[in-house]
Amino acid sequence: MFRKLSEDRIKVRISFEGEEFFVDTDQSVASALLAEGHQVFRSSVINNQPRGAFCMMGVCFDCLLEINGRPNQQACMVPVKENMVIKRQISSGNNPS
Amino acid sequence: MTLPAFDYVILGAGPAGMAAALTAREHGVKVLVLDEQSQPGGQIYRNIETLKTTRPQEFQKLGQEYQSASQLVENFRQCGVEHWFERSIWQISKDLSIYHVNPEGEHDSSVPSLVQAKHLLIAVGAMERPMPLPGWTLPGVMACTAADVLYKTSGLVPEGKVVLAGSGPLMLLIACRMLDAGVRISAILDTGNKTSTLESLPLLPKALRTPSYLFKGASMIWKLRKAGIKMVSGVQTVEALGTQKLEQVRFRKGSMTETLGADLLLLHHGVVPNVQITRLLGCEHQWYEQQRYWEPKVDEWGNTSVKGVSIAGDCGRVAGSKVAELSGHLAAFDMLYQMKVITQKDRDQKSKHLFEQRNSHLAVRPFLDKLFQPSKNWLVPQDDSTLVCRCEEVTVRQIRDAVKKGALSPDRVKSLIRCGMGPCQGRVCGLNVTEIIADESGLPPETLGYFKIRPPLRPITLGLLAQLH
Ligand SMILES: Cc1cc2nc3c(=O)[nH]c(=O)nc-3n(C[C@H](O)[C@H](O)[C@H](O)COP(=O)(O)OP(=O)(O)OC[C@H]3O[C@@H](n4cnc5c(N)ncnc54)[C@H](O)[C@@H]3O)c2cc1C
Ligand code: FES
Repeated sequence: MFRKLSEDRIKVRISFEGEEFFVDTDQSVASALLAEGHQVFRSSVINNQPRGAFCMMGVCFDCLLEINGRPNQQACMVPVKENMVIKRQISSGNNPS
Repeated sequence: MTLPAFDYVILGAGPAGMAAALTAREHGVKVLVLDEQSQPGGQIYRNIETLKTTRPQEFQKLGQEYQSASQLVENFRQCGVEHWFERSIWQISKDLSIYHVNPEGEHDSSVPSLVQAKHLLIAVGAMERPMPLPGWTLPGVMACTAADVLYKTSGLVPEGKVVLAGSGPLMLLIACRMLDAGVRISAILDTGNKTSTLESLPLLPKALRTPSYLFKGASMIWKLRKAGIKMVSGVQTVEALGTQKLEQVRFRKGSMTETLGADLLLLHHGVVPNVQITRLLGCEHQWYEQQRYWEPKVDEWGNTSVKGVSIAGDCGRVAGSKVAELSGHLAAFDMLYQMKVITQKDRDQKSKHLFEQRNSHLAVRPFLDKLFQPSKNWLVPQDDSTLVCRCEEVTVRQIRDAVKKGALSPDRVKSLIRCGMGPCQGRVCGLNVTEIIADESGLPPETLGYFKIRPPLRPITLGLLAQLH
């Protein structure tokens, strides 16, 4: 869906769903994942449908992920950092709270 | 407890916020600027400092405007303003105490977590007008400016089969930028309406007072056509199809329906002011009929109905970066006058040429606002099963049913069916909910009110929330 025009020399190590990646610094978690070809970040709270980053500017809250054990992190706003452990935020569905 | 206090706190370091900071600092006022991003620039000049040093080729490609903005950012850095980046506002109380967190939703010890403003300038800019259509929640469907953010911040460009749908100058600009970056665009589906084109013509002579805007628009269209991109005008419906992610885009024009393979669908329906903070503060708002959005009611300096609170830039009437910058200077001059740093005469003298420049940039707006007037087709999704509230997954049909049961305001609809109650707090669905209630009830949108915006403006930890009580 996206490709990188050029590569940085400085990389940080992150993991997403157990898989390790070395990604450029100076970017958000969302852009790092999109650059690695990952589009599905979470499932929706009511109907359990796949969702990913939509606005990339902190407005829609569709990019929510679990980062280092903390849920509801806005992937498009949080910068990537060394050793971040990132997981999809999966809902059990039909959960209106 | 005494809080760290500043004479002037500015929310947002885009063109408006930076300009205001410069003028305030020139007069020795103590200024703090807070922004969610990691550096100054705002939406238009996002990541400009890093781009210039690490990706000079792309910086050049962004054009002359970007290069002169780089000077503005440098001046801002050197003017002696206190600036805290990666700070997101989640509450502002009546006495102008400002609560903020880092992007992880936490406090960290790097800066005080609560500050007090004598005067507050809101310069938080605009957001894209959401364009709900069937399938728009599928991964692979994004806002058009999201692609621009990815390009400016990480040098990521779309790959595969890329389709753009919508209308407005920003969509054309972003499409041209993609072309320059070597992206192949499969199709541009223009959803603009013909009536607006005709109705905008009488406004053209005034617009010609600033021909550069029109020239820029025409040359973008020419460039896209010349590149051989499939451009379809008068598109009436668009659907995103796929199961786990986007696979196809289906559109209809008159009696013709066509389906295109797609890896990425970028939607654009113009930009609207980000009014979350002015709403939180209880500023009065008014309905701007031409572009069908709410804007804070302000005087010529940007003062809102709440004492000590003014706005500048695209979080009021959307008018682009030049007007934002000029409005930032003007708002700061009036703040200096209110704080008795300068006299009224001083203020008026220093502002005269700024007002003149602003008026000349504004001359094109009535024409553009009419030409790119959002059409009803897209404000009120025709397919009743379309999700309007992405967070709580509420459809057009559910909203119509709530209206039939007597919910005649966004807040009533929210309490009945949770629409607007998710983490985005109605930022995404608010305007469409208003349009659907208006359509179903026959009442004018300006009589319907808006969601009541309450803190926290973003998810934060319970511990932090407890601070409020
Ligand atoms: C995504 C996007 C991309 C755009 N790209 C272009 C472009 O390339 N060219 C163009 O001519 N126009 C573009 N525009 C139009 C743009 O609105 C204006 O050109 C210009 O940026 C407006 O300047 P401003 O100072 O009013 O606001 P902005 O430049 O939008 O600056 C507002 C700042 O406020 C910050 N902010 C917002 N909310 C909060 C909060 N709660 N807490 C802390 N900080 C906050 C933001 O991070 C941002 O830095 C774009 C608009 C959007 C929405
Ligand atoms: S993508 Fe919209 S908030 Fe992150």
